[in-house]
Amino acid sequence: MTTIEAPATREIPYVSAIAEAFGQLMREDPNVFIAGEDVALYGSVFGVTRGLLKEFGPQRVVDTPISESGIMGLGLGAAATGLRPVIDIMFMDFMAVCMDEVVNQIAKIKYMFGGTARIPLTIHTMAGAGTSMAAQHSQSLEAWFCHIPGLKVVMPSGPYEAKGLLVAAVRDDNPVMVVNTKTILGMKAHVPEQIYEIPLGKANVVRPGSNFTILATGRMVSESVKAAEMLVADGLDVEVIDPRTLQPFDTETVVQSVRKTHRALVAHEAVRFGGIGAEFAAQIQEEAFDYLDAPVGRVGAPFTPVPFSPVLEKEYMPNAEKIAAEVRRLLGKQA
Amino acid sequence: MDISNGVLLDLHRRMVRIRTFEEEAGKLMEAGKIPGALHLYVGEEAVAAGVMVHLRDSDQITSTHRGHGHLVAKGGDLRKMYAELYGRATGYCKGKGGSMHISDLDLGMLGANGIVGAGPPIAIGAAFSNKYRGTDNVTVCFFGDGASNEGTFHEAANMAALYKLPVVFACENNGFGEFTRQERHQAVHDIADRAAGYGMPGIVVDGMDALAVYEAAGEAIARARAGSGPTLLEFKTYRFFDHVGIRGMGVIYREDAEVLQWRERDPVGLVETRLAEQGILSPEAAAAVHEAALADVRDAIAFAEASPFPEPGALMEDIYTVSRGVA
Repeated sequence: MTTIEAPATREIPYVSAIAEAFGQLMREDPNVFIAGEDVALYGSVFGVTRGLLKEFGPQRVVDTPISESGIMGLGLGAAATGLRPVIDIMFMDFMAVCMDEVVNQIAKIKYMFGGTARIPLTIHTMAGAGTSMAAQHSQSLEAWFCHIPGLKVVMPSGPYEAKGLLVAAVRDDNPVMVVNTKTILGMKAHVPEQIYEIPLGKANVVRPGSNFTILATGRMVSESVKAAEMLVADGLDVEVIDPRTLQPFDTETVVQSVRKTHRALVAHEAVRFGGIGAEFAAQIQEEAFDYLDAPVGRVGAPFTPVPFSPVLEKEYMPNAEKIAAEVRRLLGKQA
Repeated sequence: MDISNGVLLDLHRRMVRIRTFEEEAGKLMEAGKIPGALHLYVGEEAVAAGVMVHLRDSDQITSTHRGHGHLVAKGGDLRKMYAELYGRATGYCKGKGGSMHISDLDLGMLGANGIVGAGPPIAIGAAFSNKYRGTDNVTVCFFGDGASNEGTFHEAANMAALYKLPVVFACENNGFGEFTRQERHQAVHDIADRAAGYGMPGIVVDGMDALAVYEAAGEAIARARAGSGPTLLEFKTYRFFDHVGIRGMGVIYREDAEVLQWRERDPVGLVETRLAEQGILSPEAAAAVHEAALADVRDAIAFAEASPFPEPGALMEDIYTVSRGVA
């Protein structure tokens, strides 16, 4: 029997996990290229493509004009003719500029063409508030895209997820949107050096618990873990689940948890009304109604554009305290 | 540009096939046999034919909502086309796309499109791919005068010139954006003028004259193939039928006299006169081409009508790809 020395746990920030994944994906497949605004020479305003131009050259790391429709369409035309593009849309808010390409073209071409097309396209973008960038650079619009058949949507909650989900997205033969949260780009965690995938459509139980389930996306996963620690004092043993992929959604893992804990809350940074949490809550009550001891709660941003002033923005942002408070409020309503 | 007799006859044949395909389809739609809306290409045949004779199967095109003519000219299978118009399982898109999404990726036909102006960004992506993969394939982007007002055209034109992509922008200016006359939807008279704003050549071409189209398209496609960048060609043409169908929706937006005036320069008639004058195509031979086209179209219609509708279970198929490109 041979013993293998355990590798030192390497911790790197979220932003470096993305850059590392891009490099490894481009090394393994010459058909992978990245196009977007300031992704080449500048290495992206978030630093997620830093170093790639030097290694792969301007043909594969492509600075584009500020033309989101043009860039997104370029990705589609390239994907439909044999390449595996990654299209970087700097801020998720800018997705509104290229909605036709994403919603009417990329998502539907396979179906409209009777299955003959294959669109291995990754749309990579940054969502989230908390940086005083105001209403047009701070939104979390993932629910829009989960509503469109033909698209897959992932939302990494940390560095390990960022790399593994990006690898799975690029290797997938469908259009996949990777929605990162800009306020956790500096978050550090263990990330294996070798290339690896996190399977799409599979949720992760982040923190096991026995009597309450919190289902959270993106940055709200770490906030929910904090909330779970706060709620220990209330006698709660909270299970935190990260769906990782929002579309397709892993209903099974979530329902199993709720059948065990009998109470659930969903949390996301996006505006609560019409958010993806509403869909998750509806699925929980459909599949686990008889097991529920309380209404399924929801935490999200209030129904307002994202404000600029730090004071207002703090008021706007969901966080661990707000999640814990909502859990306590729900338990007050318990049957 | 020297044109061989073979090419001239090929041009004529493609135009006649489009004309016949569209006339019969229009009748079937208005008789209620084909569901939905058909945007017919009659009057504009010289453009599709004059461009497509230069293209190989590996060259791509992006099309428009008025897309049947493009696919017929690129060598599309008439049976699969009619079956698609009829919504049958044997159609190009298994009945899931219909007229506005008819496509044949094996022939480089990247789809008709229901969104005006959707083609240009897709076309530059295909052209980018051609260059990236080291091929000398060319992409031709068909779009109309209406689409030349969409931001997508301008973004794509800029990027095509910037990256020197092997693409040709083929504007079919039929004088109307749906029912709105060109002078009421844009202040320029020649859309080709817009090319200057992007640093590419822009050329106005008589879109009713198949030989003029052939010549201009040949130069632009050769330029793209040689790696010298994009060209904007503006083909002045006219829609003989209505925006939708033959008689259309009863919207009064042009005088019959205007239609008749354009019909005097019917592209099919023009090319037949020219070929007859040159002793290449006798009236009898021309009639035989029409008869053969009609026989093919009737065969396609019979095939479509005898074909099954999709099974209800097909509703949830073809939304996602299950295969994997990389292990």
